[in-house]
Amino acid sequence: MSDAEESPTFEPAAPNTGDEFEPVDVFPDSDDFDLRPGADSCYKCSTCDTNCPVAEVDDDFPGPKFQGPEQWRLKQTDDDYTVDDSIMSCSNCMRCDNACPSGVPLSQMHNTARGEYVSEQMDTLSVEYVRNRILANYRTSAFLASKVPRLANVAMNFGPARWLMEKTLGVTRERDFPEFATQTFREWWADRGGADASRRNARERRERRGEPTDGEKKVAYFHGCYSNYNTPEVGKAMVRVYEHFGYEVVAPEQRCSGTPMFANGMLADARRHAEVNVSSMSDLVEEGYDAVASCTSCSMALRQEYPELFDIDGIEEVAANTFEALEYLRINEDLTGAVREAEVSGDLAREFAYHAPCHARNQGLDRQAVELFRDLEGAGIEDVGESCSGISGTYGWKEEKYEKSMEIGEEMFEHMAHAEGEVGMTECPTCAMQMEHGSGYEIRHPLELLEAALVE
Amino acid sequence: MAIESEVLVVGGGLAGLTSAITAAREGADVRLVSYKQSTLRHASGLVDLLGYTPDGEGPLTDPYAAMADLPDEHPYRTVGVETVREAMSLFDAVTAYDGGHTDANALLPTHGGTVKPTARYPPGAAAGVASDDRDMLLVGLESMTDFDAPHAAAHMDAAGVPFGVRGVTIQFPGDLRADAKVTRYAKLLDTNGEVAVRGRKRPVRDALAERVNPLLEGEKRVGFPAVLGDDRADAVRATLAERMGVDVFEVPAGPPSLPGLRLEDALFEALDESGASFETGNPVVEYEGDGGVERVFLEKNGAKIPVSADQYVLATGGLVGKGIESDREAVREPVFDCHVPHPADRYDWFDEAVFGDHPFAAFGVTTDATLRPLDESGAPEFDNLRAAGGVLGGYDYAAEKSGSGVSIATGYAAGRNAAREVQ
Repeated sequence: MSDAEESPTFEPAAPNTGDEFEPVDVFPDSDDFDLRPGADSCYKCSTCDTNCPVAEVDDDFPGPKFQGPEQWRLKQTDDDYTVDDSIMSCSNCMRCDNACPSGVPLSQMHNTARGEYVSEQMDTLSVEYVRNRILANYRTSAFLASKVPRLANVAMNFGPARWLMEKTLGVTRERDFPEFATQTFREWWADRGGADASRRNARERRERRGEPTDGEKKVAYFHGCYSNYNTPEVGKAMVRVYEHFGYEVVAPEQRCSGTPMFANGMLADARRHAEVNVSSMSDLVEEGYDAVASCTSCSMALRQEYPELFDIDGIEEVAANTFEALEYLRINEDLTGAVREAEVSGDLAREFAYHAPCHARNQGLDRQAVELFRDLEGAGIEDVGESCSGISGTYGWKEEKYEKSMEIGEEMFEHMAHAEGEVGMTECPTCAMQMEHGSGYEIRHPLELLEAALVE
Repeated sequence: MAIESEVLVVGGGLAGLTSAITAAREGADVRLVSYKQSTLRHASGLVDLLGYTPDGEGPLTDPYAAMADLPDEHPYRTVGVETVREAMSLFDAVTAYDGGHTDANALLPTHGGTVKPTARYPPGAAAGVASDDRDMLLVGLESMTDFDAPHAAAHMDAAGVPFGVRGVTIQFPGDLRADAKVTRYAKLLDTNGEVAVRGRKRPVRDALAERVNPLLEGEKRVGFPAVLGDDRADAVRATLAERMGVDVFEVPAGPPSLPGLRLEDALFEALDESGASFETGNPVVEYEGDGGVERVFLEKNGAKIPVSADQYVLATGGLVGKGIESDREAVREPVFDCHVPHPADRYDWFDEAVFGDHPFAAFGVTTDATLRPLDESGAPEFDNLRAAGGVLGGYDYAAEKSGSGVSIATGYAAGRNAAREVQ
């Protein structure tokens, strides 16, 4: 029982509801986020387990209910309890969050446990640690590769090199590394004239739209690593679409959102990057900007994982003012109306097989692309089902996880094969890799279709 | 600006889904928002209309005939028997359920071995009906402690079912974890994946049939826990039936429930086909409007997203679904703060006997004939808000076995009424 001071005599027939009752501070000395309310809210219905794509195929994985609330409780009652190594098989798809009817912060619990496992139980000299660290710090590799993109594209998919990477590092050679763009998004942005050019373009558009030219329509673009180094066409589409609606875009200093670091338990790395991102975004938020991301994992990190895992000045304000690119326009503009009046011709006048990334789900975004584009003339869109693509960022790049990753993805591949379209569409860069890997289709981003529909 | 539609449904359970499908089929532009995934995966997948009267008489043979005698405040009385029938026709049109051929209740075995009166059941449960006099074998899985087949069989036998019933427990073929999820069994059976049996790789459906075959003593139907596939449940049952030479059925189970999940999928598919929009993941936390609801706000990590419509349907569930909340002081409806009648003294909220007649079981909003929630004075809280399903008061679904039926009937009525207002 509790050790509350002067606990009142308990009287079952007329319980003392206690005006003097003072709740007990169970863990008074901890600076960590208090996960107890989350653990207490779990009534073990196991709905989270039915959403776990890994538990569906992996007989060694005990599922999210164990990884989250159950493991947390074990840790409280046994000082010697160490985090179970199965935590490293959680792919951090975060589907369990959206499943829980009790609001248990499952992914926060998983991220916390994984961080503890990696920092306290994992050998930092082990191949697995080194491999995970390299995968998690994709931005570093991408930054280097972007200096010599053509060479990198050849070298990274050179057979013997990949064989060696698999043998020494455990990075599967089954997958092709994504191509690096010869001009990054930021290089293009600077060439184009940066924020000044965007301000001019936006004002011109506002004038043409009959909106006040001094209006406060300004967004800070969180492009993330992938649309900077690999798919700058997505970043360009974002800028052009937003300017079309009269928004001034800025592209502030930024690092990796942290998504691959969370998934690999590299919380110190993630924090270092988050500090830069929060600092640059919170200054802009104070000036009236909203943060907009084109990658659903980036927006998820800024909105949910940052405030759940880090205590950084301004983090709550940044989270509350971060949006995904289509979502922001759906809220603030008549996007549906604009799409209904538009027609697509040319390269993107196609049928698309659309996959909703897991990280779009908690944000309530898994339906927005199909619901928006079903009214678009000239293009068609079909949802390829609710299953996870299976790659989950770095998960499917690990040699020992590759087959599980493909087994999870099988359902999506089948639906893609049955869909009318032979071009894929998704918001998530790694889902796109998996879709391409499993189907051979070219994969596009919704912003590219929006640009083709709306921007002359 | 706001995300706009003509009808906004708050809640993604059976009532909310029925409401949204109905309104969309009536031609309205509909949006459904749900805080989390649908709670249908907590449901057994059986769809009850009315199994017992509020006085505990039953099991009832004809649920429709008993509705006229329900108390005035019962939701079935509010919408009327004809509306219940129309709602069930809609349900039959958008799902592939059995039982619609008759007004009479079917009797289905549950995983506890009781026999439950229900109006509709999934095809996977059909061969288990208790009115069938063929002998039955129940097969439990060692690792799935929720379904104790010998115990369930003994219970059914004691209840006097008109057939012989035995229960056996087997080990599921392959090397699954002791706490493997229902979705793991389903996925393996869906894909007919290979499992190792005495060192030999066998397709799992064959291996399962081969494990049960020697245990058969002439029974012509075999019941398993409800894990027989998800997307390809029909094919899984068909293969097993063919390999075993019997009819195969699933015994509905508690949460997490695959039959509930399959029903959820079927209804969301129907919602999509009706042209409606929907999203899950974020709660409605606030509303604006006086006399009428003007707009509501979804909360996303501190951001308030405005969502507006002409007509609103509240289908957030009851005490379990958190559509009705209580603390030591009062009972509340948290989204629109609608009036929930309840005794001032909380000791009058429950009965002292555990299985007694608890007043709290029937707590919920009261409505006018068009399902608009009423305030304390008996006037509509808002002119454009209707309520459906568990958030309604005046019935005890657990005792009556009326939960699904009330959700479908009131969801249908609320959706239809809302759609007619916007036309």
